[in-house]
Amino acid sequence: MTIEEIQQEIAEDFALFDNWEDKYAYLIELGKQLPPMPEELKTEDKLVKGCQSKVWLHAYMKDGKLYFLADSDALIVKGIVSLLIKVLSGHKPEEIARANLHLIEDIGLKQHLSMTRANGLVSMIKHMKAYAEAVNSQP
Amino acid sequence: MSSLTNSTLDVHAIRQEFPVLHQHINGKPLVYFDNAATSQKPRVVIEALKQYYEQYNANIHRGAHHLAVRATEAYEQSREAARRFLNASSTDEILFVRGVTEAVNLVADCLSRSLLQEGDEVLISAMEHHSNIVPWQMACERTGATLKVIPVKENGELDTAQADALLSARTKVLSVVHISNALGSINPVKELIRKAKARGALTFIDGAQGAVHLPIDVQDLDCDFYAFSGHKVYAPTGIGVLYGRRSVLEKLPPYHGGGEMIKEVTFEKTTYNELPFKYEAGTPNIADAIALRYAIEFVEQIGKEAMLHHEQALLHYATDLVSRIDGLQVIGQAKEKAGILSFVIEGVHHHDIGVLLDNMGVAIRTGHHCTQPLMRCLGLEGTSRASFAVYNTPEEVERFAEALKKAANMLR
Repeated sequence: MTIEEIQQEIAEDFALFDNWEDKYAYLIELGKQLPPMPEELKTEDKLVKGCQSKVWLHAYMKDGKLYFLADSDALIVKGIVSLLIKVLSGHKPEEIARANLHLIEDIGLKQHLSMTRANGLVSMIKHMKAYAEAVNSQP
Repeated sequence: MSSLTNSTLDVHAIRQEFPVLHQHINGKPLVYFDNAATSQKPRVVIEALKQYYEQYNANIHRGAHHLAVRATEAYEQSREAARRFLNASSTDEILFVRGVTEAVNLVADCLSRSLLQEGDEVLISAMEHHSNIVPWQMACERTGATLKVIPVKENGELDTAQADALLSARTKVLSVVHISNALGSINPVKELIRKAKARGALTFIDGAQGAVHLPIDVQDLDCDFYAFSGHKVYAPTGIGVLYGRRSVLEKLPPYHGGGEMIKEVTFEKTTYNELPFKYEAGTPNIADAIALRYAIEFVEQIGKEAMLHHEQALLHYATDLVSRIDGLQVIGQAKEKAGILSFVIEGVHHHDIGVLLDNMGVAIRTGHHCTQPLMRCLGLEGTSRASFAVYNTPEEVERFAEALKKAANMLR
């Protein structure tokens, strides 16, 4: 599936919830299910700084595709992080670099994102794209 | 509950004066418990701003026309209100600033250009807000003075025995917070001031929370400086007050140059204006300064004692309700405490709490509250904080506690 198709699928999943509680319960569940990031990777240089919660982000290349591992100390942020990984991980760097990410708005969390300083999510997206661009620009 | 209903103030009438409180957030009536960050504004304050801009907007102190005279009078009446609010002996000692942050910067900067020298010490506490740490660090870097820190005990009280040990003839300045924004602890500032004075140190009290919760008398406290921010005292943002003892202000150099602060300027030399104008360079924040007076009068009308009683009743009620939540620990259990409730819940991140509460219409603060060194001392990343104001009700406390319980359950 393309990045766009995955985003659409997630948006459809979220459209099934008719109240905020179910939506957040689902996000929390996704957060809990996110495969754990190896502790040795959670180093200072992997930390995406936000004001309120920590997000660790690690990227690696395999067979020409870019993969991400991430974790957060806050569950809701971790839920959103897991969605971002679902969308972006395992694609070619050039696809990630030019991806139009509208998922967070689509699932009605824009308000969450606009607390920008609060959760480091915006920086996380920037970092994911920066990884992709860095790999992409290598000869 | 009974002590709450016996409260002398009419909360429901007071609430009517705050337009912003009557709205729904995420489909639920707003509960605003982020008052330590900023308070909401009563109609009289909003009206004062509107009146100024609609009826007599003018620059002050130099104009010869009607509007300028009116604006100048209103501005100076506000200074008088602030003098009364702090019980300063003269309006010469009342400087308008943007807020506590600017006040600390002003004092630290002026002292670093006059009094402070290498080998001197500046004494602050471990529970200071960044605004009462960073300007002193900058002053120390500039002069070679050393920053010393009074530790905080586990219950959130200042370790006053340590303060005694740290005070010495080298201490040139003691700068401490009156009420901790992160813990609610009310510090024994009068006693600290007395001890610091005995060593010949100047004293600065950060009254960002103190001025809204406690009656303040700078003459009784005998401090050299006391600062508060208007926006936490029901006044607009961008205006605050620095009280400075006249004898000290007269000796200090000016802060910013230009405009109001001059007596005479030639290219060779400038002589400075008298107090308080020596410290008010440029066109000041006239509208917000004028509106500050209405906020002060609003507080005076209700009475600080009644407000304190009301807020502490809310604090006790909230503490009692949230303490029943599994794994919840109140951070800051000082005996003397203002209406600020900080807490952590085992296994639950404060940011998640904040987000879920917001979805239930409850606004609280989460994070390190700009007191990172304090959080580090306490071994915490941050806390959730509910802080109360005169317009908050026991029913809101109940809704907050219910919402918190639900959020904690969702996150475990």
